[in-house]
Amino acid sequence: MNTANLATYNFAYLDEQTKRMIRRAILKAIAIPGYQVPFASREMPMPYGWGTGGVQVTAAILGPDDVLKVIDQGADDTTNAVSIRAFFQKVASVAVTTRTGEATIIQTRHRIPEEKLKPGQTLVYQVPIPEPLRFLEPRETETRKMHALEEYGLMHVKLYEDIARNGHIATTYAYPVKVEGRYVMDPSPTPKFDNPKMHRSEALQLFGAGREKRIYAVPPHTEVVSLDFEDHPFEIQSFENPCALCGAENVYLDEVVLDDKGGRMFVCSDTDHCEQRCASGHRGSLAYDGEIVR
Amino acid sequence: MTDAPLLKVRDISKFYGARIGCRNVSFDLWPGEVLAIVGESGSGKTTLLNCLATRLSPSSGSVDYRMRDGKLCNLSRMSEAERRFLMRTDWGFVHQNPADGLRMAVSAGANVGERLMAVGERHYGNIRATAGNWLGRVEIGIDRIDDQPRDFSGGMRQRLQIARNLVTAPRLVFMDEPTGGLDVSVQARLLDLLRGLVQDLGLSALIVTHDLAVARLLSHRMMVMKDGVVIEQGLTDRVLDDPREAYTQLLVSSILQV
Repeated sequence: MNTANLATYNFAYLDEQTKRMIRRAILKAIAIPGYQVPFASREMPMPYGWGTGGVQVTAAILGPDDVLKVIDQGADDTTNAVSIRAFFQKVASVAVTTRTGEATIIQTRHRIPEEKLKPGQTLVYQVPIPEPLRFLEPRETETRKMHALEEYGLMHVKLYEDIARNGHIATTYAYPVKVEGRYVMDPSPTPKFDNPKMHRSEALQLFGAGREKRIYAVPPHTEVVSLDFEDHPFEIQSFENPCALCGAENVYLDEVVLDDKGGRMFVCSDTDHCEQRCASGHRGSLAYDGEIVR
Repeated sequence: MTDAPLLKVRDISKFYGARIGCRNVSFDLWPGEVLAIVGESGSGKTTLLNCLATRLSPSSGSVDYRMRDGKLCNLSRMSEAERRFLMRTDWGFVHQNPADGLRMAVSAGANVGERLMAVGERHYGNIRATAGNWLGRVEIGIDRIDDQPRDFSGGMRQRLQIARNLVTAPRLVFMDEPTGGLDVSVQARLLDLLRGLVQDLGLSALIVTHDLAVARLLSHRMMVMKDGVVIEQGLTDRVLDDPREAYTQLLVSSILQV
């Protein structure tokens, strides 16, 4: 290593002062579940929308002994996941994995792994717009006041509109939740399929929004309830067929278009879950057992 | 009407720096009473209304409101949470421009239902039934319940705004030029509707208007303002038929006779 650069190098990219600032925000967020804590978001070597908030939270909590997993839409092998994983390998030399069970920190964009998270694990979400009321009330001053005074009638106006227009609650992602009976929170654009996994999760959940400069958190064992109406209760998505590769049921599936004649398959969005099931002998309808010719 | 005033206003003044918004206004408003505040543009009518409705904080003076339990509360000493709760349950505020009082991007039904949801109603069917009922009362067809107010005419928007305010059965409604910007025939219908609703529900109302005809039709009592000061007040018919102040006489004589 070039010793001339040593002075400017710090573990996990951010300088220690910045990490302390972010850790303070994280601690406050954990102390007030669901409350959006402002923090001085830094410029990161990636564009906004690619996970600058999540990366800063991960950098602030990462230690040399941690094992990092990064997923994007459930997949370990998409651009965003690969580059963030490579980033932390380079700037922190930490161990990385794609196995949910082995990871201590999982940074995620848009999914919660299918495998149940354990105590001691931390899930870091990349959040584009942390304010659940934003699309109904554009004024930040007003939404802050609404959070402070617990005026959440407006959130139900959105759900009312959904039912009035579509006959059912058509919000399928970023489905608003109430945390520990107090703050209404946007669970980042995860599908509502994952909302029940947040409820009383044994893992710590941290949310970082880089552009909007907000951090919020759901500590382990916290109550997370999806909003609904008495006569239109909250429901998660269900799928007709199991995963075409591993045959898993009750998991979130992605649609893959196969040809231009309407052919398609539905496969696990959580690639690690799918691979582990295939490895242990589960087979779906389109699973390929022959040798792969490259 | 009962013996206790609903709203007690004492020496309300509002200064914008050296300029006077309104000065030393005092009056009582009784349950079921409609009070009109008239005067020319810039006479401080809207400033006064906003001070009373806690949308502005007055420079001096006090406003007391009698809550449903009969207690008199000083509005400036209430916490913001209490004030906002009062504003969306026991009070209504009808803006001159309906776009200020409505959510233009959500359906008429949700506009009416918002206050219900804000006070904890969580049954979609009930909310929708109540909203439909109120749309009927303000003469908006039930088939328009899922349309957005931006597709409504000016008169319909104003009626929707009224329905949205009245759905929680408020006891006091503030109206800032409720018929401003509407053509004459629509105005007449709206006034007719307002008069009916005020009578049916036993509402108290404070109406700011520069249109003396509106005051004549709706109000029991009126106050005439000029340069931020109330120069004359009394029963509406008395003030309009027998104005005492020179300015009021001028105002009454300048009504267009067709």
